[in-house]
Formats: sequence, structure tokens, C-alpha cells
Amino acid sequence: MSPLLLADLTVFTLGLLVGFEVISKVPATLHTPLMSGANAIHGVVLVGVMLLAATISTPAGYALLAVAAFFAAMNVAGGYVVTDRMLAMFRSRA
Amino acid sequence: MSAFDTIVHLVYLACATAFVIGLHLMNAPATARRGNQVSAAGMGLAILTTVVVLIEGGRINAYAAWALGLGTAGGAVAGLVAARVVRMTAMPQLVSLFNAVGGGAAALIALGEHPASTQAEVTGVLDVLIGALTFSGSLIASGKLAGRVPGRPIVVPYGRLISIALAVVAAVMAVLVVGFDGGAPALWGAAAAALAAGVLLTLPIGGADMPVVISLLNACTGTAVAMAGFVLESTPLIIAGALVGAAGAILTKLMADAMNRPISAIIAGGYGTGDAVAVAAGSGSAAVREITADDAAIQLAYAGRVVIVPGYGLAAAQAQHEAVALAQALTERGVEVSYAIHPVAGRMPGHMNVLLAEANAPYEQLADLEESNPGFPRTDVALVIGANDVTNPAARRPGNPVSGMPILDVDRAKSVIVIKRSLGHGYAGIDNELYADPRTAMLFADAKAGLGALLAGLSAYAG
Repeated sequence: MSPLLLADLTVFTLGLLVGFEVISKVPATLHTPLMSGANAIHGVVLVGVMLLAATISTPAGYALLAVAAFFAAMNVAGGYVVTDRMLAMFRSRA
Repeated sequence: MSAFDTIVHLVYLACATAFVIGLHLMNAPATARRGNQVSAAGMGLAILTTVVVLIEGGRINAYAAWALGLGTAGGAVAGLVAARVVRMTAMPQLVSLFNAVGGGAAALIALGEHPASTQAEVTGVLDVLIGALTFSGSLIASGKLAGRVPGRPIVVPYGRLISIALAVVAAVMAVLVVGFDGGAPALWGAAAAALAAGVLLTLPIGGADMPVVISLLNACTGTAVAMAGFVLESTPLIIAGALVGAAGAILTKLMADAMNRPISAIIAGGYGTGDAVAVAAGSGSAAVREITADDAAIQLAYAGRVVIVPGYGLAAAQAQHEAVALAQALTERGVEVSYAIHPVAGRMPGHMNVLLAEANAPYEQLADLEESNPGFPRTDVALVIGANDVTNPAARRPGNPVSGMPILDVDRAKSVIVIKRSLGHGYAGIDNELYADPRTAMLFADAKAGLGALLAGLSAYAG
């Protein structure tokens, strides 16, 4: 196993543990915005698509890239906006 | 490592920190919105940094830049429009759709990248398999939630056999990629098998199991994104993917516990097809007592404490505004009102809370299962609106399809009013013993119409 893979695995495992720790405290009332907000966070896949773009140089590659970028951008933009819309509705007793 | 690379890494670390802090702030309704904004700011920074990396690297050619730019712009517009126009009742299908495209993008990354090492090959195959499965699975789930695909469990002939065949194909392709440099053709083969498996796994799952399924698919997308991070050696993808994977896993477990069904049984599907109904739940044909809207309104008006139990029927009838209007009218009369919300009351975790929040119910009044149950014995009227299986006392006895499922103890209230269109069964396909209880009165109506009649009765007779 390369040192790089070990480092990545460490980050992944710690990320999972932090995730469990932070998210297990979220109350049931906020589960839908939580899921939607977490959904928006995996929109970071757009960063991956951008990094991929630097290695692409074939017509088929461009098509794949455009589709991937469309998917990822839809995920990230829509995810954050819809989560914000939901959370704006949660009001305390005025 | 050059100074530029160091700075980029540190900025990415800051972005990952923003994601964690953002999720942490979601622990309370008062700070949740700020949490999402912190997370969004981290995302914006990550994307901007990557733009700088691409420009600095200078390796991206003009065609790729155009493909990236146009795709991103189109996707952003589509996402924004969908997020702006969606109705709160349609939230589960939209979240499912965003989940699908995220998984699809993660799979496409591995399909577009030429793996440079065994590590990239292994994680690339995992990325393609999980990402493609989530993509098609979430699309079917979204279609079911939106009513474009029938919501009932669809039994595919020889489904189990085909699933096994697809798993074998996927495994063979994975071995070809990793062990024999199978490259792109084998990866695409794996993607095709996973796409088909996603459809096949989601079709047999019934509507009531959707909260579990979309939680699980969410966890899968997180994992797929983390795998894409391994392929690209990109830490922010690994961290964000792990966080989402953890969130999805926790919600999956909470939802499965709330239905008292093992996750494996939910994946196997078929719940609610009628094959599990043979068990007698008792008192099937017992007489039920009907009540008029006016009598029910008077009963509510002179109660000291009322608990509203909303179910999917309320969401389906879009009656959340009427429910909250009734609660407000009762509160103004001095009645103590709260909502008791079962974890699987909607079609995704916490769905009912969002609907009630939309209708301006203060979140302090929204109580979960553990908070609500001790309060029922001192509740004068429990008003059940379109909820069924989650209130069935039969769950406390062994030997029936809902046995062991945590329920709201509605039957322990002094009296119960149920607004429901008919005596039809819930997803478990059995009679609800609550309806035959002498303290229960049935108001047969659609949730919206029934609540409207209650409101009218309240102002006419108890003004």
C-alpha cells in the first residue's frame, strides 16, 4: 500500500467518524434539511469534474465532461438553494 | 511541494472545515440556516480555488474548458430553477434527483479518468459501481415519489436471478479492470451492470419504505464521491464524501429502527404487496363510531390539551396550512396544542416537520416519538390526520406485520379523533385496531376538506 493511499484512507476514516459524531446530534425536526444539506455537500464532486477537465482531450471525453459538469453543478447549486429555502421556514414562536 | 500547491491544500482544508462546521450548526433549528450558509461558502471557495488551479496549471485545452463551462452553467440553472419552484410536498423527489445527479457525476469521473495506479483502478471501479447504482436507483426512487413510476412495489419476473447475474457481471468487470488492465470497456461494462442493478433494486420497494431507501442512496452517493476523491487524489472530495456517507448511514439506521424492519428486508422489497397480510390482527370487522365535523370541533374547542398526529395523508392532501390554522385557532382559545411526529410519517426523514414549518408552525410545538409518548395519557384529544400504521396498537403484540414497530401511543389519550378518507389499510395491509376503540371517533373526509370543516365548525359553534 502506497503512503499516499494510507494517507487518503486515514482522511476518509476520520471523516466518517467526524460525520457520525456531528450528525448523530441533529434533531428529527431537521432531518430533511440535513439530508438535503449533506446532498449539497457531495456537490463538491464538481471540484472533481473540474480536475478531470485538465486531463481530457478527445471528443467523447468532452461530451462526458459536459454531462458530468451539468450533473455536478445541478447537485451543488440546487442542493444549497433548496436547503436554504427549507431552513428559512423554520421559525420559533414569534 | 511548491508554495502554490501548499496554499491550495490549505484552502481546501479550510473548505472541508467549513463543511464540518456547517453540519455541526445543523444541530439546532436556530442555527441551521447559518450552518448551510457556512457550508455553501466553503463550497464556493473550493470551486474558486479549483478554477485558479486550472488556470495556473494551464493544461486544460479550450474545448475541455468550453465543455466544462457550458455544462456547469446549464446544470446550475437547472438546479436553481428546480430548487426555486419545488413545492414542499415534492421535496423528497427533488432531493432524490439531486442525489442521482451527484452519484452520476461521481461515476463519470472514474469513467473519464485514465487510472495511473492500482489504487486508482480499485477505487475507480468502486466509484463506477456505487455511483451508477445510485444514479439509476435514485432516479427510479424520485420517479416513484413523483408518481411517474408506480409507487407500489413492482415485482420483476426472475428479478432475484437477474440481480445475481448482474452482480456476477459487475464482479467480472471489476476483476478485468484491476487485474487485467481491462480499461475503459470493462469500466463501462461495470457501469452498465450497476445501472441495471439500481433499477432492479429500487422497483420492488414500496412507498412507505422510501425514507429508508433515499437515506441509503444518499449514503451511497457520499461513498461514491469519496471514491472519486481517491481516484483524483483530492482530499476535499474524500472528506465531503465521508461526511455525507456518515449522514446517510445514520439516517438509514434511524428510519429502519423506526419501522422495526431490518435494512436487508427493505432492500429485498415487496412490502405491501399483500403477501404478508394473512395474519389476523383481530377486531377486523368491529364497529367504528363516526363523528360529524361540528361535534368534533366542539370537542376540540373545550379540550385542555390537544395533540395533532400528522401522517402521509396530510402531505398527500397538501393540508399542512389547514392543520396549522386549526392549531392556531385552538391555541387562541387557550388550548395547549402540539404535534406528535413519527420518524417515518412522510416520504423522507423529517419531511412532515418541513411541511408544518412551511405552514408557520413554531418548531417548539413539533415533538418526536420519544417526546410525545409520555404526554398522551394527559391529552384530552389526539387528532390523527391521515396517519395509519404508526398509530396501530397491534404493534405492541407479536405476530402481525407491524409487531415491534415503535408507535405513537395515541390510544392512551382520553379521546381520539381520526380524519381519514376511508377505513382503508395502510402500507402494512392490516386493520388499525385504534379505529375500533370505543374512545375513537372517525371523521371520514379528505385531510384538507376535513380540517376545513373543523375550522368552520369551530368558528360557528364555539366562537
